[in-house]
Amino acid sequence: MRDVAVIGIGCTTFGEKWGTSFRDLFLEAGALALEDANLSGEGIDALYVGNMSAGRFVEQEHIGALIADYSGMASRHIPSTRVESACCSGGLAFRQAVIAVASGLEDVVVAAGVEKMTDVETSTSVDALAAAADREWEGFVGATFPGLYAMIANDYMHRYPLTREQLAQVAVKNHYNGARNPIAQFRSEITIDTVLRSSLVADPLRLFDCSPITDGAAAVILAPLERAREFTDAPVRVLATAQASDTIALHDRRDISTLDATVVAGRRALEMARLTPSEIDLVEVHDCFTIAEICAIEDLGFCRKGEGGRLTEEGETALGGRIPVNTSGGLKACGHPVGATGIKQVCEVVQQLRGDAGRRQVEGAEIGMTHNVGGTGASVAVHILGRA
Amino acid sequence: MSVPRFWRKIRQRYNLEGTRCTSCGRTFYPPRSFCPDCRRAGETVPFRFRGRGEIVTFTVIRTASDAFAQQTPFVLAIIQLEEGPRVTGQVVLEDVSEARIGMRVRPVFRRIGTEGESGVIYYGTKYVPDVPYPDA
Repeated sequence: MRDVAVIGIGCTTFGEKWGTSFRDLFLEAGALALEDANLSGEGIDALYVGNMSAGRFVEQEHIGALIADYSGMASRHIPSTRVESACCSGGLAFRQAVIAVASGLEDVVVAAGVEKMTDVETSTSVDALAAAADREWEGFVGATFPGLYAMIANDYMHRYPLTREQLAQVAVKNHYNGARNPIAQFRSEITIDTVLRSSLVADPLRLFDCSPITDGAAAVILAPLERAREFTDAPVRVLATAQASDTIALHDRRDISTLDATVVAGRRALEMARLTPSEIDLVEVHDCFTIAEICAIEDLGFCRKGEGGRLTEEGETALGGRIPVNTSGGLKACGHPVGATGIKQVCEVVQQLRGDAGRRQVEGAEIGMTHNVGGTGASVAVHILGRA
Repeated sequence: MSVPRFWRKIRQRYNLEGTRCTSCGRTFYPPRSFCPDCRRAGETVPFRFRGRGEIVTFTVIRTASDAFAQQTPFVLAIIQLEEGPRVTGQVVLEDVSEARIGMRVRPVFRRIGTEGESGVIYYGTKYVPDVPYPDA
């Protein structure tokens, strides 16, 4: 297998982008990534696109072909593949692209993610997102995504020490970071009171415990490491790619408060990179809800089970802390265009490793990790990136 | 959910009919036709659950999708059945604040949801606190 490098990144701003269509979102991110890699588009061998539910959100399927066409690649007939794994679609698109380059089959490959979520009413998007859970046996009885994660939170708080304030601190920290990220959907700082005074969505989770509905796209360009310096002075090496799955329904899990797929994918990634959690300088985790970040930092091995709340409260996961988590603002503040999130996480880590993260820069960052979850933990992708 | 999609699972939804692996004895609800432990060595047969159990975890849903919007707030729980598996279901309580982890529950036949004003009415199983019936 060949070593693989990220040679270009591009990300739209995230938010409610009424003026921008599905295809325009993708084109904007793709163009930024090509420009970043000093490529015209002619050198691209293949496209992988993470997208969860264009069928429900914009009534469009066949996304691979659509994007190849509007990117001007139809006449070159390059392979273009849509990758779907709910909110983990972007992470898996990245992994597919890494595997394609590592195998030697393809050289310069685009891994992208896109989701246009605000062309339908909120209740429709809530229902489309619920399709990431088991429709027949969870959705049928009234389960929503906030509801499922709320049941994780209640189970967790029943078994481990975690205060409501510690949970709110996850959102406070991620808004602080988001306020320092030019692409973030929410660029305002909040307090613990903001979270505790927001309306209940599914007890104990409140509105400010939840990631928003977002339009956005992100793209990265991959090449063999040996060719990376043809395109960029600051290539970032892919040190590990890992993926794991688990039961689709939360009720069938071994342990409701532990995402076993995160544990396994995290362990596989660390083994592949021959690293320990203490050697990771920053991590982008899948904080679709505040409780999800607490579970993620524990399940990835940054602290023991039950210590996530204290770690957050003590500022160890904030900028300047022992292990900065979600410097982009995470899904909570940067926004969560579901299919794009996994790629945006890679963009953030690459920016950090290049030293280009401005006011949210982690000083001297050399190794970063991304953690992207589908559903309540039925699919997980973990990647580790390092300065080349 | 379309009519045939709902209709084909009526027995399982109304009667809590799951499956049991004849090789290892493990029971499944929701039903599985393939035992994940025994795989091809196992064979599954229908198994009817009594459905008593206790709440492992729960939430109060305040914002629901359209099909459930009129029912909010309602309690959604994961219930550990005495007969093995865990299921997701609604717990019917007069006051949603009465829900507790560890609460004993039993199944009841209830309307689950409706599809618009003229669409299909879905029935199935919800749960209520497992207390003796009051004297008549």
